[in-house]
Amino acid sequence: MPSVMVRRNDQGKLLFYVAKKDLEEVISEVEHDTAATWGGEITLSDGEKFFIDPISPPPTFPTTLRFKRAD
Amino acid sequence: MAALTREETQNLIQEVLAVYPEKAKKDRAKHLMVNDPSLESAKKCITSNRKSLPGVMTIRGCAYAGSRGVCWGPIKDMIHVSHGPVGCGMYSTMGRRHYSNGTTGADIFTTINVTSDFQEKDIVFGGDKKLKVIIDELEKLFPLAKGYTVQSECPIGLIGDDIETVSKVKSAEINKTIVPVRCEGFRGVSQSLGHHIANDAIRDWVLPTREGKDDGFEKTPYDVNILADYNIGGDIWPSRMLLEEIGLRVIAQVPGDGTLMEMEKSIHAKLNLLHCYRSMNYISRHMEEKFGMPWMEYNLFGPTKIEESLRAIAERFDDKIKDGVERVLAKYKPQWQAVVDKYRPRLEGKKVMLYVGGLRPRHIIGAYEDLGMEVVGTGYEFGHNDDYDRTIKEVGDATLIYDDVTAYELDEFVKKIKPDLIGSGIKEKYQFQKMGFPFRQMHSWDYSGPYHGYDGFAIFARDMDMTLNNPCWKEMKAPWLRPAAVEQAA
Repeated sequence: MPSVMVRRNDQGKLLFYVAKKDLEEVISEVEHDTAATWGGEITLSDGEKFFIDPISPPPTFPTTLRFKRAD
Repeated sequence: MAALTREETQNLIQEVLAVYPEKAKKDRAKHLMVNDPSLESAKKCITSNRKSLPGVMTIRGCAYAGSRGVCWGPIKDMIHVSHGPVGCGMYSTMGRRHYSNGTTGADIFTTINVTSDFQEKDIVFGGDKKLKVIIDELEKLFPLAKGYTVQSECPIGLIGDDIETVSKVKSAEINKTIVPVRCEGFRGVSQSLGHHIANDAIRDWVLPTREGKDDGFEKTPYDVNILADYNIGGDIWPSRMLLEEIGLRVIAQVPGDGTLMEMEKSIHAKLNLLHCYRSMNYISRHMEEKFGMPWMEYNLFGPTKIEESLRAIAERFDDKIKDGVERVLAKYKPQWQAVVDKYRPRLEGKKVMLYVGGLRPRHIIGAYEDLGMEVVGTGYEFGHNDDYDRTIKEVGDATLIYDDVTAYELDEFVKKIKPDLIGSGIKEKYQFQKMGFPFRQMHSWDYSGPYHGYDGFAIFARDMDMTLNNPCWKEMKAPWLRPAAVEQAA
């Protein structure tokens, strides 16, 4: 259950940052990304997958959220 | 073009690793790579921020060094108490040349060295009492100090002293900020964790003091902070002059030549300008999340990078700043052009190898390239993956990149690549000079500087020329060992 900071980069894409792991990766896919909810299974650009229960209304970025590892 | 081809570099790595035992070889191989700028991420090619191998000499520091020396040390109006045995405190006395303006003992305390000098009885009975006494004594000696930080050395964590409580109690008593920093040296694999801990201490103990309160601060739309510029040899001053000249208002310099009050009011800025990504990205990320303050990295080494950075900064502001940037670029063009015209013919085509920490392995490459020099090897002492992600874009194809390189490896790489100039730390300096290689100590600019901005570039170019073209490198061989022909010619 890593604590993850999600923020936008200069291109407006979402970045997934885990300080303890030195992991900073662009989020390539979000399962639910609508005006009402945000979350579900999240795929990073290097193929790693994480999961978060869908949040509604969607959070404002940057923010710190707790994700689960999706296997 | 790199000095060696991709294959040659690959072979060189194999050759150097051959002497290690199997296990060590496997481990060290992960820390060495041949650059490929087309890569997006360095994760697959290089491992970093891991424990150094036992039995080999590397040049890393400890968490205490990262906090006391790097992040907190330059804050000039606070007294930094090295809490623990005397050695750590002694060796962190202004070795880093972070300059500050002011009068020592009145408004600056960076050159003063305070340690609690732990003895056996403090280990047995705890050092909290001693810390209280120290704060009282300091209050009497230096009543003008704006605050204190307690920088823990290893024993504090081992015996479990409660420096937080002492700090809170004393802080309420004397009505000044006291920041306990849990930066015991054994934490983490290098000074990098010390930076993180110091950032967390700023987040927890300094930034909240003015949060949500009306402190009467008058904001302008052009307020920026300079973060993580440590004012080595006066670096922050030319940087600040440039930023002010383009029309920005620098409200806080953290930590180089900075004060406690600047840190507190930094929460009012519009933008964080982050110089050393490695050491203070944590606080920028926190401020972005908490105060919605964006941050960006910039680089003021050499005219090409200055132009790029100033333009990128101006993108975040309106036309006033954009015009300011164009005006400044035009104003300084003749100045740096004269520097390039003078030194480039003397330095053109020379090869440089770097091995430093923080931001320099990638940031100063631009300045070398402006002088026609080429970086053929670079590496970080304590970089993380995100540093290497940023580095692979800056250096050429097939360039050797090494992480936490050991003394033996660096020796062998240098012998093989034969660079014209090496830039690294004091621990390598005399070894390479004795081997006959021109060397600059690039941690604190070899007692020179500043190197930032246009003024700094002129000094940088002069220093490189002075080192590289010094006649002493021709005198490395004893007269009786020289071939007779050379002797006659001389």
